[in-house]
Amino acid sequence: MKKISTEKLPLLYAALNGDRQLWIPVQDGDRVEFGLWREGAAVSLAGKTLKSGKDFFFPQNEDFVSFHKDGKKITITEKKRPTEEFVVFGMRGCDLAGLEVLDLVFLAEPKDSFYEARREAGVIVTLACGTPDESCFCTAFGVNPAEPKGDVAAWLIGDSLYWKPTSEKGEKLTAELGSLLEDAGADGDKAVAEQQAAIAEILKQLPNTELELPKVGEAEFDAWFDSPNWAKMAESCLGCGTCTFVCPTCQCYDIQDRDTKDGIRRFRCWDSCMYSDFTLMAHGNIRNSQMQRFRQRFMHKLVYFPQNNDGKYSCVGCGRCVEKCPSSLNIVKVIKAMQNMEAMEGVGK
Amino acid sequence: MSIQDKILARAKELMADGTVTSVLGWKKGETYTDPSPAFFNSVEELERDFTFNHFCGQNLSRLLNGRKAEDGKVLMLCKPCDAFSLNQMLGQHRVERDAVYVLGIPSPTILDVDKLRAAGVKGIRGSRFARGGEVVLDTIYGERRLAGKDAVLEKCLACKTHQFPIYDEVLVKPKGEEHAEPENPYRFAGVEELESMTPDERFAFWQSQLKRCIRCNACRNACPVCSCVKCVFDNPGSEVAGKSNIDAFDDKLFHIIRAFHVAGRCTDCGECSRACPEGIPLHLLNRKFIKDINRIYGPFQAGASDDGVSPLTEYNTEDMEPGEAILKGSGS
Amino acid sequence: MSIANEDVKTKPLIVAFCCNWCSYAGADLAGTSRLSYPADVKIIRVPCSCRVNPMFILRAFQRGADGVIIAGCHPGDCHYTSGNYFARRRMSLLFSMLDYLGIERQRTRVEWISAAEGSKFAKTMSEFAEQVAALGKPNHLGELR
Repeated sequence: MKKISTEKLPLLYAALNGDRQLWIPVQDGDRVEFGLWREGAAVSLAGKTLKSGKDFFFPQNEDFVSFHKDGKKITITEKKRPTEEFVVFGMRGCDLAGLEVLDLVFLAEPKDSFYEARREAGVIVTLACGTPDESCFCTAFGVNPAEPKGDVAAWLIGDSLYWKPTSEKGEKLTAELGSLLEDAGADGDKAVAEQQAAIAEILKQLPNTELELPKVGEAEFDAWFDSPNWAKMAESCLGCGTCTFVCPTCQCYDIQDRDTKDGIRRFRCWDSCMYSDFTLMAHGNIRNSQMQRFRQRFMHKLVYFPQNNDGKYSCVGCGRCVEKCPSSLNIVKVIKAMQNMEAMEGVGK
Repeated sequence: MSIQDKILARAKELMADGTVTSVLGWKKGETYTDPSPAFFNSVEELERDFTFNHFCGQNLSRLLNGRKAEDGKVLMLCKPCDAFSLNQMLGQHRVERDAVYVLGIPSPTILDVDKLRAAGVKGIRGSRFARGGEVVLDTIYGERRLAGKDAVLEKCLACKTHQFPIYDEVLVKPKGEEHAEPENPYRFAGVEELESMTPDERFAFWQSQLKRCIRCNACRNACPVCSCVKCVFDNPGSEVAGKSNIDAFDDKLFHIIRAFHVAGRCTDCGECSRACPEGIPLHLLNRKFIKDINRIYGPFQAGASDDGVSPLTEYNTEDMEPGEAILKGSGS
Repeated sequence: MSIANEDVKTKPLIVAFCCNWCSYAGADLAGTSRLSYPADVKIIRVPCSCRVNPMFILRAFQRGADGVIIAGCHPGDCHYTSGNYFARRRMSLLFSMLDYLGIERQRTRVEWISAAEGSKFAKTMSEFAEQVAALGKPNHLGELR
């Protein structure tokens, strides 16, 4: 375990930046979002960022290939895989858990070479959550916000930042920083243990941290899929893509072509199962009501994904959908409503 | 009797005597701050789940889009600003008048969760207004007090009226004469501030705001008057990026075109700004159109009547020429 | 895809949307009368000034126009009775909005030019081109994000 005093953090940021890019949570008005670090940036490490940092590995837009037409000659240029090293500082335990879910999707054969290249190029410094929010429920999904994974785990305690490399990349980065970090010794372990105990206490007071997760096997599947609850819950869904765009595990994308007048630019962009043109095919859409789209999103996270991935859910309890849905719909409400399925069905008959 | 109890009692009556078959209101959430809009189909559901507090900000009229009388009459719990939206939708024939029973309810003054979060207020269990407009929040970490402007949602700070342009019944009669409230000076202050800047400053401001757009389309989908069956931005053949922010220009085009499409129909309900996950002040675009229309073509409030007429659907042969109009609009 | 015109001071690129019935004929008359106006005015013929969708104007700016002008029949003379009256309201609001977003109002204009006004066409285009050139920089709408 190493440490650095908070006064020296700007020096640490400058060193992390070095000749690569450093992404760090920056305050901008009422919101905190990852931004490219610059001297004097308004770094804010108080809470989680608006989006999870998924963008660094799976950007909202990614060019694949471009076609250029010159007379009768067509040139095809494939986009190079990104290899330039970059550092993301201040992702949280839930954000990292989100990446683990994406790994299961994009690093399974056939691998997504863009994602793979970015995962290799990125070094992640995670930060423990000193003050979890009431929207947080990561512990329900087995995430420990007090001991985040990543290449380096860090704890901000009092006037020190404690630093623990946990991977080869993390060790390498730590070695590069040299004497900037001092040895924390036994005091460091003690301070971290104390903060972890304090976080555990706070978590007990939050409303959703002990959420009981559904186990949907073949026996329960039909009851879930055909439940009248979906229509009830989806009736105030506006069909915007906010939940999917702020979600650290949503991974659906669309591949589109754009006319550049002298050619075509082919790229992929995030898609949202909430949209009417999601999975749109020549004959129309297989899910033509908002209820079906709503059901798809939550069935995917809570049923289909676990079925295909040894029971691992594709939700990490970061609480961003809880905070951002304009209609205040979210996965917590869905889980609770589905667990009270029988109780709900009795009503109104 | 609290306002919540009054609403509940009246809703139950109307349901029991068969005036309506369902109620559109707000349902308790997992926390005090996240009630969701919901349709209640029975008195039991109402008793169990109904809530009404300072976080019931959603404009419910959007959820009536496409509602027909044959679907059964629904009781809409209608805040004044929502009533303007509903009226506008009636004018556009998006809702059938016989499909809805409008119960006018006083607005509780909505609080902004994002502002509260930025001020470090967590674990909210209760809220009230103290004398002088101060907001008092009961939290698990003790009581927190904030000045109104630091806690109240933008759309309520810019409140235009407490009167109802349409209703079947009003629960508590608002004070003052109909449509005769003094103009809220806050409403156009933001627009005027921008107008007083140089073009380059304005450009820099909008650049800093619009660059955040993630194209989630929440502003469009939350808007009660953005009710096209198929949006031009959902059409892959339209050559505009619908869901990717790949083209800086297309995002801006989206916001300008969207604001223009609703110009003359936008009732200034503020849902676009409330829904935006990135906190982009989209109301500043809509209010510019509203302010220009007021100045150039005379005072107009969309949703004040249900005739569907707007300044952009009619003209006057003596209208001002555009060059002059722009100067008049910006007040210079 | 934004093509900034670096040569705006001497050769401002102007896109002129001209109504088929009046202003386009006015441009014709300017031509047959051998009246000169800047060669960098690109005319797009539209059936009526009210056919101009706001998207056309935004796209013109995006693809490198330094100024956009809409020319139609004089009020009262619209081939379709009232098209130009609607266009007048729409363009007033749209151009005011563009000004509000930081696209200077000197870059936009609406002018009524009849089929008999060849000299007005030439004069308007020359003046407008001068006005845009005086701003001295390309429009930056394409970078607004």
